Amino acid sequence: MSSPGSINIADEVSRLTDKADKQLRALYAKLTPWQKTQVARHPDRPKAGSVIAGLITEFTPLAGDRAFADDLAMLGGIGRFRGEPVMVIGTEKGSDTETRIRHNFGSPRPEGYRKARRLMELAGRFGLPILSFVDTSGAYPGIDAEARGQAEAIASGIDACLSAPVPFIAAIIGEGGSGGAIAIAAGDSVLMFEHAVYAVISPEGCASILWRDAAQAPVAAEAMKLTAQDLKRLGIIDQIIPEPVGGAHREPEMAVAALGDAIASALAPLAGLSPTALRARRREKFLAMGTALAAL
Amino acid sequence: MNWLTEYVRPKIRTLLGRTDVPDNLWHQCPSCQQMIFHRELEAAKKVCPHCGFHMRATAAERLTWTFDDATFQRIDLPKVPLDPLKFRDSKRYADRLKEAREATKHDDALLVAHGLIGGAKAVVAAMDFAFMAGSMGAAVGEGLVTAARLAVLQHAPLIVFTASGGARMQEGAVSLMQMPRSIIATQMVKEAGLPYIVVLTDPTTGGVTASFAMLGDIQIAEPGALIGFAGARVIEQTVREKLPEGFQRAEYLLEHGIVDMVVKRGDMAAKLGMLINMLGYHRAEPKAA
Ligand SMILES: [Zn+2]
Repeated sequence: MSSPGSINIADEVSRLTDKADKQLRALYAKLTPWQKTQVARHPDRPKAGSVIAGLITEFTPLAGDRAFADDLAMLGGIGRFRGEPVMVIGTEKGSDTETRIRHNFGSPRPEGYRKARRLMELAGRFGLPILSFVDTSGAYPGIDAEARGQAEAIASGIDACLSAPVPFIAAIIGEGGSGGAIAIAAGDSVLMFEHAVYAVISPEGCASILWRDAAQAPVAAEAMKLTAQDLKRLGIIDQIIPEPVGGAHREPEMAVAALGDAIASALAPLAGLSPTALRARRREKFLAMGTALAAL
Repeated sequence: MNWLTEYVRPKIRTLLGRTDVPDNLWHQCPSCQQMIFHRELEAAKKVCPHCGFHMRATAAERLTWTFDDATFQRIDLPKVPLDPLKFRDSKRYADRLKEAREATKHDDALLVAHGLIGGAKAVVAAMDFAFMAGSMGAAVGEGLVTAARLAVLQHAPLIVFTASGGARMQEGAVSLMQMPRSIIATQMVKEAGLPYIVVLTDPTTGGVTASFAMLGDIQIAEPGALIGFAGARVIEQTVREKLPEGFQRAEYLLEHGIVDMVVKRGDMAAKLGMLINMLGYHRAEPKAA
């Protein structure tokens, strides 16, 4: 049995928690694009591997591009999403020094994109919807990557996305870095976490080229319109997934559950569409992006 | 507008207006430093007669050099929303666009024309590096889609000459979306059973290389052209080692199986004509409407 004093303390704690929540909510509602970039890169943010662990049952990883290697920056495999078999691909950054090195900090080489393409084609043959989880600062800029045709691998990845005869849901869960991201993200529906970022180049890269000073990254981030809110307005993404108060890294499970709900609702209207209809619809969506801008 | 008003007249004007300036008549080869008389350089299609160095060319020059008898029909490209992000760095993007338009006399970094090559009809899309480093924004993406539609409509192959620093950063994610959009253009041509040929010229990098530029049925490169995804500086900073000799050059790509052939500029039109004739698109009948 509790004394009147302890009840007061419990009330006070709950009142303070509410207040902290409100402040955190207010703070996160006003994040600048550069702050969002930091949140999107937060080490504790759910990574592709933990998203897969949270949403996919019977997950069976599939390895390799059948030509050169298995690129661990690119995860892939078959599993069940809410009971239905799906193909899953995703870029994995790793969450500590050891796993970051193993996954090459989430930057795939050509074999990674070729593995993704192989799995997309496999999904097409067996009618499995494709779910992709994007979290990468970009494709790996290395001598070996260029020698093995990084550009061709990315181009073919996009080509495979657009050609997939099955529903394709892409989710930008952290950082959507340039060509290395779109190579697995040209889907029917592109979802994006509230504080994720998606851009043609990193703010640091943009700043060093256009401002000739990488320290101008916060200014570049502002100009680039890389937030989920801006991209939704520009018609480049389809849906924003709300994050728990204070960002996905504070309540990863809650964030992953919200992502699961968003995927389910994005898949629903695609069920029953023929391969031809799906491809035509996807193509139309990307072609219309030019004219959609005119309406802004 | 035809090639006469587009290309020949401004050249004539330049020559007439500046006959008193001798350095306009002589060009120095950036590779071997030798001086070349302008008429000789033009006759050689901007290839150094001393060392064979291929200098950068404009999109208008590409069209003139590629079509039979330098005869072709330019087509107008759709207008796209300008400056969707209202972007500004040290200068407003809107102003940069205006300057590039004044300097090049073109709306953006892509020209599209149709005509005959080796007696066979063809559609050619040529990028202009002089227009904001040939960067790909909505206008280039829309231009490629238009070129593809024209090729399908005319039942003609599509040939693209690339020259680009990559995505147009001032258009942010809108420029990123031109990667899938330009790839849709290549799919349209291929689905219609028509050849899609890419000629990679100096330089072709970034999001252009990683999209329509790498998906040709046949991939051709000009000698010495720089072709790659990541920039040399970024790679050096990442791997912290010196880049190999000839890295990301046309010959390096040939050696690594990324392009089919390296073709000298003087042989390009003949090679393209031969290829499109052999691929036999002209024998195929358009699908019944
Ligand atoms: Zn020379």
